[in-house]
Amino acid sequence: MNAVKISNLTKTYADGTEALKGIDLDIAQGDFFALLGANGAGKTTLISILTSLCRKTAGDVSIFGNNIDTHHPQAKKIMGVVPQEINFNFFEKSEDIVLTQAGYFGIQRKVALKDCEWLLKKLELWNKRHTTAKSLSGGMKRRLMIARALITRPKLLILDEPTAGVDVELRHSMWEFIQELNANGTTILLTTHYLEEVEQLCKNAAMINHGQIVANDSVRNLIKQIEVETYVISVDQIKSEKELAKFQFKKRDDHTFEIDIKTNERVTKILSYIASLGMDICDFRPLGNRMEKLFLKLLKD
Amino acid sequence: MSAQDNYIAYSTLVRKETVRFFRIWSQTLVPPMITQTLYFLIFGKFIGSQIGDINGISYMAFIVPGLVMMSVINNSYMNVSGSFFSSKFQHSIEELLVSPASNWAIIAGYATGGALRGVVCGFLVFCVSIFFTKPAIHNIFIVFLFIVLTAIVFSLGGLLNGILAKKFDDVSIVPTFILVPLTYLGGVFYSVKLLPPFWQNLSQLNPILYMVNGFRYGFYGFSDVPVTTSLAILVVFTITLTAINLWILNKGTGLRT
Repeated sequence: MNAVKISNLTKTYADGTEALKGIDLDIAQGDFFALLGANGAGKTTLISILTSLCRKTAGDVSIFGNNIDTHHPQAKKIMGVVPQEINFNFFEKSEDIVLTQAGYFGIQRKVALKDCEWLLKKLELWNKRHTTAKSLSGGMKRRLMIARALITRPKLLILDEPTAGVDVELRHSMWEFIQELNANGTTILLTTHYLEEVEQLCKNAAMINHGQIVANDSVRNLIKQIEVETYVISVDQIKSEKELAKFQFKKRDDHTFEIDIKTNERVTKILSYIASLGMDICDFRPLGNRMEKLFLKLLKD
Repeated sequence: MSAQDNYIAYSTLVRKETVRFFRIWSQTLVPPMITQTLYFLIFGKFIGSQIGDINGISYMAFIVPGLVMMSVINNSYMNVSGSFFSSKFQHSIEELLVSPASNWAIIAGYATGGALRGVVCGFLVFCVSIFFTKPAIHNIFIVFLFIVLTAIVFSLGGLLNGILAKKFDDVSIVPTFILVPLTYLGGVFYSVKLLPPFWQNLSQLNPILYMVNGFRYGFYGFSDVPVTTSLAILVVFTITLTAINLWILNKGTGLRT
């Protein structure tokens, strides 16, 4: 059974904007799935339909076999959502925010207390449990939203850009935790603008553009579509710039330059060629992340 | 969601709403006591002493049920409209909307939370009145029935307002332009029998008149309108407002795009 099954999903807003134009998408149980797209592509609309904050115009959506039209309480009960924008009451205490969410899902307070303690400790918020949400830092607020989503022990966790504005160290610890959840069987649906996260974390990904799915494959297969990769090379002294020009050579300074290498070419061959031009290679690394390149390529296509 | 799950969701919402209005007690519980104390002082003590008895009781005692009811109406209404709209404004209402809690549980939770604040405020105003007069209780059951039903009706009205409101102004329009005039003209400070026939007849269209008088009957055993009519109106309002709220929540108007 698929965790998410979407067939011919459309959404047209009251002002006539067609946000989704017939989306078909399956997410397997246990998957760590990325949904990518530019701002306004339709990602948040899609997620809002899954979580019932937005009403679809047409199509079918099932969550673990529960159709959101006919079995919406069952579908909602197994979903947890971490939205893009902070959406809790700023005047409530952290612990109350988490416990109240459990209550809305039919979990008794005394039962939820144990899970709440575990989650707040795991997300390093235990010391802040009696602090009102408005006094928390940006990163803490993000973690609190994760704790709130997880208190109901969802089978499907939807993360809508959960690390936006979160510092690097915290982002990594958050991802470790999310990966742990995924390893324990929770299906994850993620939207993010940090595409290197997709490459590192996700098994499968779909790209949405102007309300349509333009790519849907494993992350590995998607990356294979990249035809050219840019590398940054540091040498003792740049020589023979004319020879390097055929690689889309871009000079950064006297010792560092960027070149494009086709993915079907052997990198070692190119490096040997550069060495043969009399340059001593000191460092060599790919520029940026490949998903970003793919993203831009698919959008362009 | 089983019935038990929905009951837990309902009680969670009631708890949240109750904690909220007790947490901000200086904004929710104290102002009605101060306002009504002024009414007791100015209308009851200073002006009332010039008016004399109505139906055999002092003017001060006469206005007690009306002032308690005024407090119940305003506070139950504003509790729900304010709380619901600020949840919408902060988007924290999404916590509830993404949950499997039924719309019945949501309506009942907000109605109970608002009614509790209304009843607590009403009780506090009644306590204040004891410093000025000794109100009698003719029928405690009627008193209880009317205060609870009125609080529920106005909580449901506040919920409807909160769901449909798009800006903060929309939340204050109904209390300012509808509730306050209807309450003042609903026999809080006078018996409608003292009015000329035209105004007496016009007052019969004011639902708050029935609530105030039904409640007053519970205190003193007399009313300007039949108590059964008052009760029937409260029941009709409760059912109608519940149905409208349910219909709107099912449609998702003002909440789901």
